[in-house]
Amino acid sequence: MNLQVLYFAALRERVGRASERVDVPAGVATVGELRAWLVARGEPWASAFAETLRLRAAVDQAMARDDTALAEGAEVAFFPPVTGG
Amino acid sequence: MAVRVQTEDFDVGAEIRRLRESQPGVGAVAAFVGVVRDLNEGEGVASMTLEHYPGMTERALEQIEHRARSRWNVAEILVIHRVGELQPTDQIVLVVVTSRHRGEAFAACEFVMDYLKTEAPFWKKELTPEGSRWVDAREADDAARSRWEQGA
Repeated sequence: MNLQVLYFAALRERVGRASERVDVPAGVATVGELRAWLVARGEPWASAFAETLRLRAAVDQAMARDDTALAEGAEVAFFPPVTGG
Repeated sequence: MAVRVQTEDFDVGAEIRRLRESQPGVGAVAAFVGVVRDLNEGEGVASMTLEHYPGMTERALEQIEHRARSRWNVAEILVIHRVGELQPTDQIVLVVVTSRHRGEAFAACEFVMDYLKTEAPFWKKELTPEGSRWVDAREADDAARSRWEQGA
């Protein structure tokens, strides 16, 4: 399954890129599974995710949870808690 | 439905005038303006950069506006949020709500701000004498939003 992964703010800096296209194996079907798969790739993802407390995620630009399902071509974003306003 | 994300500054008076045009039934205008402080968590702030998630930001703000409208009988809601580099005393965000009576305008304005602070994908990075740092989310902001979920 092909996914577009986006990173924002402190997580973007830690990963060292704003986005990447990934092709994940069967078995990576939710936000939580995608995060675990990214972390299992090693650095910089492992440290970047470990250092980002209270990580949030969005799927196709809507707030998501670990059990939110992913579909082919989905845009999945990971970021720290928001601090606007 | 009016949500704008922009780098440019905004003119509060002009925005309110525009919102009130052809709205003779409006008896109340509540506005909130958020500005950049020169001090945060004990350190001087020289400047600030606001990052956001283009596309999701607008969607999130529209959802918040929609939720406010389903809760209160308001005439207009306007949200303007700036991004990019800002200096102390600069305006960051404007929320204006118009309604027939003041109660709805006050409540909806605060509701929109409380949800914006916790759900709209913006992130602040401050430049201080010690270097730059990402601003941490505050628990007080989560608590402010939770009030609205207890059937208040």
